[in-house]
Amino acid sequence: MDFAFIADTMRQLLAVTPLTVELWFLSIVIGGVLACFLTWARVGGVMVLERFAAGYIFVFRGSPLLIQTFLLYYGLSQFPEVRQSFVWPVLRESFNSAVISLALCTAGYTAEIFRGGLMAVPGREIEAGRAIGMSRLTLFRRIIAPIALRQALPAYSTEIVLMMKATALASLVTVWEVTGVAQRIISHSYRTFEVFLCAASIYLVLNFIVIRAMGYLEYRVSPHLRARPKSILPGAVPEHAASPIQLPEVPQ
Amino acid sequence: MTAQPALTVSNIRKAYAGIEVLKGISLDAHEGDVISILGASGSGKSTFLRCINLLETPDAGVVTVAGETIEMRPRRGGGQEPANMRQVDRIRTELGMVFQNFNLWSHMTILQNLIEGPVHVLHRPRAECVAEAEALLEKVGIADKRDFYPAHLSGGQQQRAAIARALAMKPKVLLFDEPTSALDPELVGEVLRVLRALAEEGRTMLVVTHEMGFARTVSNRVVFLHQGLVEADGTPDQVFGELKSDRFRQFVSGLHA
Repeated sequence: MDFAFIADTMRQLLAVTPLTVELWFLSIVIGGVLACFLTWARVGGVMVLERFAAGYIFVFRGSPLLIQTFLLYYGLSQFPEVRQSFVWPVLRESFNSAVISLALCTAGYTAEIFRGGLMAVPGREIEAGRAIGMSRLTLFRRIIAPIALRQALPAYSTEIVLMMKATALASLVTVWEVTGVAQRIISHSYRTFEVFLCAASIYLVLNFIVIRAMGYLEYRVSPHLRARPKSILPGAVPEHAASPIQLPEVPQ
Repeated sequence: MTAQPALTVSNIRKAYAGIEVLKGISLDAHEGDVISILGASGSGKSTFLRCINLLETPDAGVVTVAGETIEMRPRRGGGQEPANMRQVDRIRTELGMVFQNFNLWSHMTILQNLIEGPVHVLHRPRAECVAEAEALLEKVGIADKRDFYPAHLSGGQQQRAAIARALAMKPKVLLFDEPTSALDPELVGEVLRVLRALAEEGRTMLVVTHEMGFARTVSNRVVFLHQGLVEADGTPDQVFGELKSDRFRQFVSGLHA
C-alpha cells in the first residue's frame, strides 16, 4: 500500500468535497422549492396544472438523469437562440447547468414524495380542523402540512441521499467535484482502485452525516409515534382515579 | 334570558347520489336545551348533525346560530353552497363538535390540541388559553395527561380530551356525533359522566346517541329520526313513556333484544 499516494489523493479529493456538498445543497433546495409548486399544481384541482405537473413528473422520473444533464449542457448550446438569450450566461457555466439539471430531476421525485405525504393525512384530523373554524390556509399550515411533512420524511431522506450520489454525474459536464477529480487523478496515475475507493469513502461519510441528521429530525418530530411515556408527573395517579368531579352514574 | 333560540335549523334536506337521506328536518334548540337525537343506523342522524356546521352541505334548508343565519347561494347544477366561507368558519367556532372517533390531532399533545383553536383561530393570547385549557383538562379529569399525545391515551381519555378541545372554543352550542359509539363498554361511563356534568351546567347540547339511559335521564328533549324524517319529538317522558310511535317502539325494543 502506497500510503503517501493515498494521503495525497485524499487531500486532493477533500479539497473539492465542498463543491460536491454545494452541488447537493443547491440542487435539493431549488428542487425542494420547485417540488412544492409541482405538488400544489398536482393536487390543486385545476385540470391544466394537474396535467402539467403529472407530465413533468413522468418525464423527469422516466428518463435518465445523465441524459437530462447532457441535453441541458451540451444539447441546448446547439441552438443559437439559446446562446444569444439571457439564460446563456447562466447555462454556459457547467456548475450552474449541473445544479439546474439535478434540481429539475429531484423536483419530480420530491413532488411525488410530498404528494404521498399529503395523501396520508387522516381525513378525520382535517375534518376536526374545519369543524373548529379553521380557514383553508390555517388548516394547511397547522394541520395538513405538519402531518404530511412528517409522513414524507423517511422517503425524502432517501431522495436526498440519492441526490448526494447523483452529484457524481456533474463530472461528466466538466464540473471538478469529487468524482471528476478522482478521474483526473486516475488518468495520470492509473491507480483506479485506490482513487475510487477514496472517492467512495468520502460519499459514504457525507451520506452517513445526512442519514444521521435526518434520522434525528425524524425522531424529534414524531414523539407521538413512540411508545407512551412511563410517567410525566411524579407519582401519577392511576387511570380513572383522576376525575375530580364526582358525578352521579348515568343509568344504562 | 333571551327568547331567541341558540340554534334554529329548518327544513334541512340532503341527498347522496339521488338517494334522499334527510327529507326536511327542522329543530330549535334554546339555551340550556339538551337534545338527544335517536334513530336506527341509516336514519340520517349523523348527517343531520354534520349539516348544522356544514361539514356536509345541505341541499336545502337554513341554519341560524344565535340569530345569525348562514348565508347560502344556489349552486350550479342544483342544491346550494355557502355564500361566504369566512362566515361559515366564524359560525363553526360557535358550534363545538365532538366526533365519534375523537379526531384529535395526532401530532400535537393534548394541551396543544386544546389551545390550537383558541390561539390560531380566535387569535387569543397563548398564556390565557393555556390556563383555561388546564382548567378544562382538570374538569374532564385528565389534567395529568396534558403533555401526552393522543395515541398514548385510552379511547375514553381521548374522547374527554376532544370534549375539552370543543369547550376551549367557548361555543354557544355543542354537537356530539355518537360520542360513545367507538368506545369499549367499560369506557362509556366516564364520557357519559362528562356529558351529564355539561348538561347540568346548562350547556346547549345536541347529542346523536345510542345511549338510551342518557337520552332518558339527561336530555330534556328527545328527537327520533326515521328514514330522514322526524318521527317523534318531545320530552323523554313523552317519547319514551307513551311510545306513541310504532317505529320508535320497534327501535327501542330492538335495542334491548
